Amino acid sequence: MPEALTTLVLIAACGAGTYLWRGLGVALSGRINPTRPLFIWVGCVAYAMVAGLVSRLILLPAGSLTATPLAYRALACAAAIAAYYLGGRSLLFGVTAGVVALVALSAGFG
Amino acid sequence: MGAQGCAMIAGRLRCCQRRDAIPGLRCGRGDRYGCGAMRMLAWLPGEDAAREGAGDAVGVAAAVMFAGFLGFGALAADTGLSVGAALFSTVAIWALPGQLVLAEMSAAGATWVAILPAVMLVNARFLPMTVSLMPLLRAPGTRRVHLYLTAQLVAMTGWAVAMRRCPELKPEDRLPYYLGFAIACWFASLVGTGAGYYFAHAFPPLLKLGLVFLSPLYFFVMLACEVRQRAWLLAMAAGALLAPGFHLVSPEWSILTSGLAGGTLAFLVIRASGAGDA
Repeated sequence: MPEALTTLVLIAACGAGTYLWRGLGVALSGRINPTRPLFIWVGCVAYAMVAGLVSRLILLPAGSLTATPLAYRALACAAAIAAYYLGGRSLLFGVTAGVVALVALSAGFG
Repeated sequence: MGAQGCAMIAGRLRCCQRRDAIPGLRCGRGDRYGCGAMRMLAWLPGEDAAREGAGDAVGVAAAVMFAGFLGFGALAADTGLSVGAALFSTVAIWALPGQLVLAEMSAAGATWVAILPAVMLVNARFLPMTVSLMPLLRAPGTRRVHLYLTAQLVAMTGWAVAMRRCPELKPEDRLPYYLGFAIACWFASLVGTGAGYYFAHAFPPLLKLGLVFLSPLYFFVMLACEVRQRAWLLAMAAGALLAPGFHLVSPEWSILTSGLAGGTLAFLVIRASGAGDA
């Protein structure tokens, strides 16, 4: 199989795998309690995976971000958190400020 | 597409319920299958509720979706995914964390044996989410097949809004409201994915840097500032600490293994401390 097709098949499989949970949720709705321990474990694993992915993307990036020093990325994260609270808990404001900080640091200091 | 456009889609779907509304789509016996498919979609009774839902989405929710998927599009371009694959993943998966996992793991050289279980695990949260959402959306006359179609549009943003907003609505208005909201968000995601991919190629390197950083930063702020439950916080800390180390040992398995290890560790600690308050 050509590589492009393999990728599309993989994405379709991931889509089907994701729908499995959504569809199963409809089938089981009203019959099981969504706060039971199994779901708490599922939530823990999901949050740990996403947080792990994010920490890896920021600390050990691949691609274009390897060109930036870790200090810039850390400062941009701090700027984003500060802007989030200064903007009245605004996700958009915080993220925009962080991106601007990273670009400005890279532009100013190379 | 604004509220108007989404309501138009909802309205058009509804038109199909009137058999003579669209010439050529009459429900004769000979046309059972084509019309059946149309009718399957044409269940929206509340055009106004759908418009209201779409109107609620246009604004902060759609902007947040757009920004999130803008970052995903840029990251997908940076990791070497094709634009078709990036857009297809937004249609087929429509869950940002799962799509990021997919893009990152493919870039790290993982095969489907690691990618599929990782994407399924990170998206397994849809099961409890759908379980808790569906009883709210279901009105006395709602057909099950419509709930199964709606399930594809269950995602974090719409779920959180619907859980808060739907109890205030009449039961028969809830499903159209949710669909209006979710379709508007979905459209913003699709446009964001394409725009992010395009800009990552079109922008000068410095601005591209900002776009590629958008996705990690978006989740960093969201997780650090908007998650409250102790179990989730503990799981995130464990995952964030374990992942870089695991990555150095085995880049293609690190997301799956550090998530399983960190999540299970947090779960056990929370259970042992006797506070199942997640």
